[in-house]
Formats: sequence, structure tokens, C-alpha cells
Amino acid sequence: MAELSNIFVLDELKSAFPEDILMQEEPYGLLTIVLKAGRLRDVLKFLSAHPDIQAQFLTDLCGSHYPDNKDGELCMVYHMYSMTKNYRIRIKCFIPISNPVIASISDLFPAANWQERETFDFYGVLFEGHPNLTRIMNVEEMDYFPLRKEYPLEDGSRTDKTDNYFGR
Amino acid sequence: MSTDLITREKESRVKIVKGPEGIEGPGFMATSFDKVVGLARANSLWPLPFATSCCGIEFMATMGSNYDLARFGSERMSFSPRQADILLVAGTIAKKMGPVLKQVYLQMAEPRWVLSIGACASSGGIFDTYSVLQGIDRVIPVDVYVPGCPPRPEQIIDGLIQIQNLVKNESLRRRNSPEYKALLEQYGIQ
Amino acid sequence: MPNQDDIINAHEDDLVSEYTTLNLGPTHPATHGIFQNVLTMDGERIVDAVQTVGYIHRAFEKIAERRPYYQITPLTDRLNYCSSPINNMGWHMTVEKLLGVELPKRAQYMRVIIMELARISDHLVCNMVIGVDTGALTGFTYMFQWREKIYDIFEHICGSRLTSNIGRIGGLERDFNDEVYKKLRAFLKEFPKSFQEFSNLLERNRIFFDRVVGTGPITAERALQYGFTGPNLRAAGVDYDVRVMHPYSSYEDFDFIIPVGTKGDTYDRFMVRQQEIQESLKIIHQALENLPQGKFFADVPEFYLPPKQDVYNNMEALIWHFKIVMGETDVPKGEVYHSVEGGNGELGFYLVSDGGRAPFRLHFRRPCFIFYQAYPEMIRGGMLSDAILTMSSMNVIAGELDG
Repeated sequence: MAELSNIFVLDELKSAFPEDILMQEEPYGLLTIVLKAGRLRDVLKFLSAHPDIQAQFLTDLCGSHYPDNKDGELCMVYHMYSMTKNYRIRIKCFIPISNPVIASISDLFPAANWQERETFDFYGVLFEGHPNLTRIMNVEEMDYFPLRKEYPLEDGSRTDKTDNYFGR
Repeated sequence: MSTDLITREKESRVKIVKGPEGIEGPGFMATSFDKVVGLARANSLWPLPFATSCCGIEFMATMGSNYDLARFGSERMSFSPRQADILLVAGTIAKKMGPVLKQVYLQMAEPRWVLSIGACASSGGIFDTYSVLQGIDRVIPVDVYVPGCPPRPEQIIDGLIQIQNLVKNESLRRRNSPEYKALLEQYGIQ
Repeated sequence: MPNQDDIINAHEDDLVSEYTTLNLGPTHPATHGIFQNVLTMDGERIVDAVQTVGYIHRAFEKIAERRPYYQITPLTDRLNYCSSPINNMGWHMTVEKLLGVELPKRAQYMRVIIMELARISDHLVCNMVIGVDTGALTGFTYMFQWREKIYDIFEHICGSRLTSNIGRIGGLERDFNDEVYKKLRAFLKEFPKSFQEFSNLLERNRIFFDRVVGTGPITAERALQYGFTGPNLRAAGVDYDVRVMHPYSSYEDFDFIIPVGTKGDTYDRFMVRQQEIQESLKIIHQALENLPQGKFFADVPEFYLPPKQDVYNNMEALIWHFKIVMGETDVPKGEVYHSVEGGNGELGFYLVSDGGRAPFRLHFRRPCFIFYQAYPEMIRGGMLSDAILTMSSMNVIAGELDG
């Protein structure tokens, strides 16, 4: 089994999607590419169907919030893995917080179903095409997205703890 | 070793628990109802293990053969609230779980006691977050709190012994008293 | 087993039969942990299940954004609390990857011993509980004492039994003392015999077979699509083990096999875990025999908290201690993903650092959360008691499920 190199995968991606890869880097040896959010499904299908890459295993799907990144505050991070080639790749997509919509991949990868619900619950990212986009971890009646940076960790409605306990 | 029964009892290392005070005679003993009922209840508390997280595993260890909880009377773990005396809440209770816990408590028949095992059940523990109930005493009245994260099985047994002391000394009229009713009113329980 | 489509189709025309709804509610004696399943049943057969999780959501990821790196270790304990040392080590390795710290061989071997002990205790409790759910309570009573012996060893290493908080970023906090070696050797000598009794009780037991063979099956393709890892995936036939594919902490020095099942049913999951306990014993043996001399921590004073006697007597150690605790050391910016083979599969940590005292973002790739999605598919067409067995054989730990 020949070792897949990051350069090979990057070249393949660049030749198939010339204008969609906005940035690439290799932190700690893991190829990380930043994609235009609209091309996510095509790139994932390409990586999974490519005979030399075969990245068919979705390891992880999560969200992140970068409040200072204008027009790209919410970041979706996908870790894909190829079992046959033992190769990992990370794909990131930045979406604006004013319109946090991205395509759902739960029909391609059933593992993404609950992870997308969790990202919706925590960050408010709306996944188009998800069969059941409802809150999964928090109570249904919650009306804000707790993991965004502007919300505190502690329960705001507590009356027995004063602000100086919270370090504020 | 003497053959006299009374001195042999004094020399033996086996401690026999003193019975309740009362008037004894040949073949009978008269004591107050409270004490007998208290004794019977205390030594046969059937727990409802409401184990949610890590404290649940320590609870399993307490139930196991090394730290056997059954020798204190908790032989049968009842999972049905209708057949349990004591509700052992072990583990973090999230806000989503709060109504479920209250429902289980409401389904228990009087007299019922609650033992809160672990830091999370007693006060929210290390999880001072938006989603964790900061102590189950926000939804149900608690009798004994066992701190620890997780508490050692010996601590859990100590908690159960404290409950046993409470049970032994409880007045039979307590559940109908106005103070108890006021306590339940605080939690919105009729 | 009849095809689930046949069941549904057969009853579509039958106006008399109805489906009943059964709530396998959050508090249920046989569900080990709190998660709810609302089952649609056709008599005793399950047609569909709707799951609700999140009953023990403790917001680990949000807490992690507020705590310095060394304070997140107790948090990782509470993920898969049956094998918390593995979570601790995984977290430390993630931070060490971010910082570029390489550990001496002795520390790595010590970590391997601790992780394999934790794996044995996790698989033990899962298999005991499968036995209990089929009615065999004896296995539980006999084997729990071995978990107590492992707790004893952990107590000598770190001071606590269950939620261990073992180790430091950059190594371990203290060396193994003589008691640990004595207890480890006693464990390695006596455990196999007792484990053989447990195996004899269940592995070839006719009644156990009738209960577990063929219940809750999943094919390898579906398992891979659902993101299964760990013993559940290996029971389905795929030999993916993070210890072999992405070796960490000197696992490449050890000789062990990866047991693999065929059908992915409850019996395969049970047997895979039984075999993995044997393999873990082999690894501990090898690690103990070949434990190299040396230091148990890396030589990185800016990240490794110095031992307390140095802090109280040595000026330099005091200063380093102060700097690390107050967050004055330079943590590099970057993002790293590291995974370890937890008791249930690939436990991954995605850490984004912005150079500050606490992580900017920490995400736990929790195996239980990911594979529990497949549960309705696995129990469809089976009976209610099989659903209970499937759940306990998947080893769903509520702390890891909700996180």
C-alpha cells in the first residue's frame, strides 16, 4: 500500500476544483483545506469516489465559532478518513453567521446525522436537506445557541451566585 | 470460656445490637410503636437506584460483593418507584432530566427518603453550566447528601446508615405534619 | 429472522392489527445510562424506534473553553467513565502533539500499562452486564472483584478509583512504586484463571447462545457508513484499530492481534471484547517485562508541572509552576486532531489553540454518540428483549453519549 502524500491529494483536488479551494495548510502533518461552502458535497463525493484516495469514512463533524472572522464566523470542520489508504484529511468551510446555511451530508454519510443536529444545537448552523434538524442535546425550548462565544458558560438565571464568583 | 450464658456474651467479640427500650418479660416485650416500625423500616430499605453517570458505577461497586450494600437491608434493588422506599440519586442530573426525576419521586409512596450521592447530584458538582441542574434539591426534597466525585463505596454506605438513623428516629406522624406539608409545598408537590 | 419489510407489508393490509408504542424510557433498569427510545412495536417485534438523548448533557465542550489545559483532564475522565485513564492519556497526547513534546520510552510504556488496564476494566463491565441482561447474575458477582483489584492499582498510581485524572501533560506525575508492581504481578497471575471461569460460564453456554446469536446484527458496510469504530466495528468484520493504524505511545513495540467477528451481532461483540481482554493482558505483560529505565516525564519544564517537593524547595521549579498554572507559558497557535483507541472506539480530540491559557475550541469525537445512531436499524425486526441485549452489548456509556 503506497503512502498517499498530501501533495498528491492536494494536486488532485486542485485540478478537479480549481477555484474552490480557498486555502490549504498542513498543521501537524494533516492536510487541511478551506473550501467554499457551496462545493462541500461535490468535494466529499470526489474524495470518496477517487480510486486512489477513497476517503469514505467520516471521522468527525463539528462546528466552531470565530467571532472576529467577518462573513465567515461559523466554521464547519469535517475530518475524513480513508481506511484503505490510511489517510486523513480535514476540510473546513466558513459560513456567515447572518445566513448559516450549508448542505447536509447525512444522505452520503449516515454518521453525519446526529453530528449535524449537535452542531445545529450548539451553533445554529442550518443544514439543508437534513431529515430531522432539531435539538439533540439541550432542551427543546432553548432559544439560543449556547456554544457561540457571546454566551456564558454558567446558567444566567441563578440567583444564589453573584457576578464576582463568575469572574465578571 | 465459662459456661454461664451471660458472662459468655460479655466475653464474645460479637456485638449484638441493643433492642429498643421497653418493658420485657418472659415471652413478651412492650415498646412503643414508633420504635418497632422505625427499626423494621430502617433495616429493610429497598432502594431505587437512579444512577445516571460515574457515581452509578461506584454505586454498582457498592452493590457488588466487596462492599455489599445488601447486608444493610437493601437486598432488592427495586426499579419501580411504587415498590421502593429510598431514592438513590447518583450522578449528574441535567435540566432535561429534572422533570423525569420529579416524576419518579412523585410516584413513590410515602414514607420515602432521598439520598443524593455525589457532588453532581448534591450541588451540580464540577459542572456549573447552563444545562446541569445545580443540585437535585432544586426539584425534590433531599434527606442525606453524600459528597465526593465519585464517593467511595464506604461513603455511600455511610450515607445509607445516616438515612437508617433518620428512619429509626422518625415519628410516625411526620408525614402528616404541617412542616412536612410545607416542605412539599416548596417544591410544588401536593 | 423475518425481513422487516415483510413484517410491515404483511400488516399494511391487515386492518385488525395495530402497532403499539412502548416507551423504553429514560429511567429503565436495563438501559445502562439514561437515554430514551420510543419503540413502535408489532406485538413483540420492533418496527421502529425514535431516540432521545441528551439527558445528561453537561456541556463539556463549553466548559473546556474556560479551563486551562491541565484542568481539562478531570473533564475528560467523565466521558467514558468506565475507562477514564484512556481518556486522560488521549487528552495529554493531544496537547503534547500541539506542543511538540516527545515522551521518554519509560513514560510511554507506563501509559500503555495504565491504558490497557483501563481497557480490561471497561470490557469486563460490558461483558458482565451482557451476562446480567440475559439473566446470568453470577458472572457479575464473580468478576466485579477484579474491577476492584484494578481500582486498587489505580489508587496506588494516582489516588482515586474511578475518575482517575492520571498523568500530566508531559508524562506522569509519579513513578510506579513497589506496591504497584506487586499488585500488577498479582493481577496478571490470578486474573486469567478467574476470567477463564467467567468464559466457561457464558462463551459456550447453550442458553446464552440462544439469546445472543443473531441479535442486533449490522453489516460491515452499514457499520462503516455509520462511523462505527472499536469493538462494535471489529465485531462486524473490519479490523480497524487506532493502536495499529495510527500508533501512539509506543504501541508499535507490542505484539498483539486484533480480534474480528463476522456477523456483527451481540455474540460477536461479546466475543471480541473477551478476546480483547486477553490481548490487553498480553500487552501489559510485554510492557511490564520490557519496562525501560529512565524518566517518567519529558524534559519540558515550561509545560510539565514540577513535583511538589521541588516546588516547595527549589526556586526555579516554583517559578515554572507559577508560570504554568497562571498561563504565562507560550502555547503555540494551531489546530490538532489526535485520537486514541478508547474502550468503545476511536476517541478523538480536535483542539484549536489561539495561544491562550484555555483552548479556543475543543471538540471530542465521542464514539458512543456516533454509533448509537445505528441502534434503530440494528433492532428493527427483533424482539424487545433482544433490543435490550443489543444496547448493552454496544456498551453505550451515557457520559460519552451526551458529553
